Amino acid sequence: MIEVQRVTKRYGQVAVVNDVSFRVEAGQILGFLGPNGAGKTTTMRVLTGYIPPTEGKAIIGGFDVFESPVEAKMRTGYLPESPPLYPDMTVREYLMFVARIKAVSASNRRQRVDYAMGRTSIDEVADRHCGKLSKGYRQRVGLAQAILHNPDVLILDEPTAGLDPKQIIETRELIKELGGDHTIILSTHILPEVSQTCERVVIINKGRVVAEDTPANLTGRLRGSETIRLQVDSGGVDPASALSAVPGVTEVHAGDAATEGRMIEVQAAEGVDIRRQVANAVVSNGWGLLEMRPVRLSLEDIFLQLTTTEEEKTDAAIDESEPGETVATGDKELDHG
Amino acid sequence: MGNIFAIAQKELRSYFVSPIAYVVVGLFAVLFGYFYVASLQILVRFSAQSGMFGGMGGPQSININEFMIRPLLSNTAIILLFFLPFLTARAYAEEKRSGTIELLLTSPLRDIQIIFGKFLGVFALFLLMLSVTAVHMGILFWYGEPELGPLLSGYLGLVLMGGSFISVGLLVSSTTRNQVVAGVVTFSILLLFWVLSWMADSAGPVTQTILSYLSILEHFDDFSKGVIDTAHVTYYLSFIAFGLFLTAKSVDSERWRG
Repeated sequence: MIEVQRVTKRYGQVAVVNDVSFRVEAGQILGFLGPNGAGKTTTMRVLTGYIPPTEGKAIIGGFDVFESPVEAKMRTGYLPESPPLYPDMTVREYLMFVARIKAVSASNRRQRVDYAMGRTSIDEVADRHCGKLSKGYRQRVGLAQAILHNPDVLILDEPTAGLDPKQIIETRELIKELGGDHTIILSTHILPEVSQTCERVVIINKGRVVAEDTPANLTGRLRGSETIRLQVDSGGVDPASALSAVPGVTEVHAGDAATEGRMIEVQAAEGVDIRRQVANAVVSNGWGLLEMRPVRLSLEDIFLQLTTTEEEKTDAAIDESEPGETVATGDKELDHG
Repeated sequence: MGNIFAIAQKELRSYFVSPIAYVVVGLFAVLFGYFYVASLQILVRFSAQSGMFGGMGGPQSININEFMIRPLLSNTAIILLFFLPFLTARAYAEEKRSGTIELLLTSPLRDIQIIFGKFLGVFALFLLMLSVTAVHMGILFWYGEPELGPLLSGYLGLVLMGGSFISVGLLVSSTTRNQVVAGVVTFSILLLFWVLSWMADSAGPVTQTILSYLSILEHFDDFSKGVIDTAHVTYYLSFIAFGLFLTAKSVDSERWRG
């Protein structure tokens, strides 16, 4: 439904988006993840036809966004980072206007506006001026505007930014619901959001795609090898050698003996389940197995791993003090300049 | 077509929900009224004098068109030169500042539809502003006998000239997100076009022809005299078209620069 083919966007010499490709199948929700300034907004703007790419192309529902812009835009609903509202219009007037310019037929307009308002629960502010709405309502009016013409594709740029926790949950629920009828790309820098709402994740950093997979696979793949954390009461004995002997174990890190037992991390070769053998080894040695749990890398760990490794090599000094900070300011200038 | 109308309506509406329409139309009415009264007094003095000293068989009626309407329309043109830049300043600048341009440019609209829509919106307000003066002119017809022809051609000139001002205003507004900058730059460009003919007097013959052809003022003169010359109509229409064409180019290039 959505296809991004080798899109590059340069401002002068600076490539804000560099050779980005991915695709989203119909009905999928794709999470577009990256630190501030990674090029998320720029990529989305290319997809919506707001800015042309320097190279590559974006295709929506079979229509090239820059060769047949009207057809592509007809099928796209877009919620920019800050909802594009006219402060002096009431919510209903605004949505009626948007319905007109989005080619909703005159006979359908009222019904579509009512539907969009109902779906985003903004009925109670229908006659309030957009300029007087709270952040939460502004965001929802923006969402209503995006789904108004029943587009195949929804592109949502940080839809939950600036909302309170309750609103965030509501918005996520709404997006999940919408996922049934629409193909959605949703950008965010909040990780739990992705694991909760999205079926696929594209992680972008410094304008490049660094990973693309389902949230579960991503966690699995990047874990690389299975790690188990044990807490063992082995008396005075160091259990490391006994555990190393277990087939499939590649590495053992044993901590110091403490009153409530030692902390031990056991790493296994990829794809081998060593939990039973490790437990057996502990028990057969007569030690007490106090705790045993697999260490899963959270999406946060993966994200940091992916987005910081490169920087550590090149300019570790800067990044240690302010990770991502330098990139973020650069983005502001480029995005809004 | 429906899209153009939707944008035009939105544009026109935005002037009326803010104080802009009321302030601009109101002050235009005040200034026009002042010029009207002032030129009426001159006319009265003239006709009194000609009544007193008018030899050649009694008092001669004074040509209202020549003595009053023509200078009045020229003054109106100057008021427009000052006022219209304020109306066009917000057209694009405000959309850019508030981010709503992102809505327009990602909606299934062609740039040209947005531009025509905006042009028509401002143009409609301008026509409304001008229509206020119909009252004053009506009074002239009630008490005097001005010729209708030159009056209408004069108005046609004003409408065309106003359209040209608006197209320059849109162009400038599309290049900035700051309304004050848009207003001041538009006004400066218009003023420059206005006074081009002044420079023509001291220039060489070829430059002179070019400069006075480009001058907005030169072309207006004939209209106020009651002459509708297709050359002048063409000048204004192509001025408007060129302005809108450049606006389209500007909107497109803003896209590329992001």
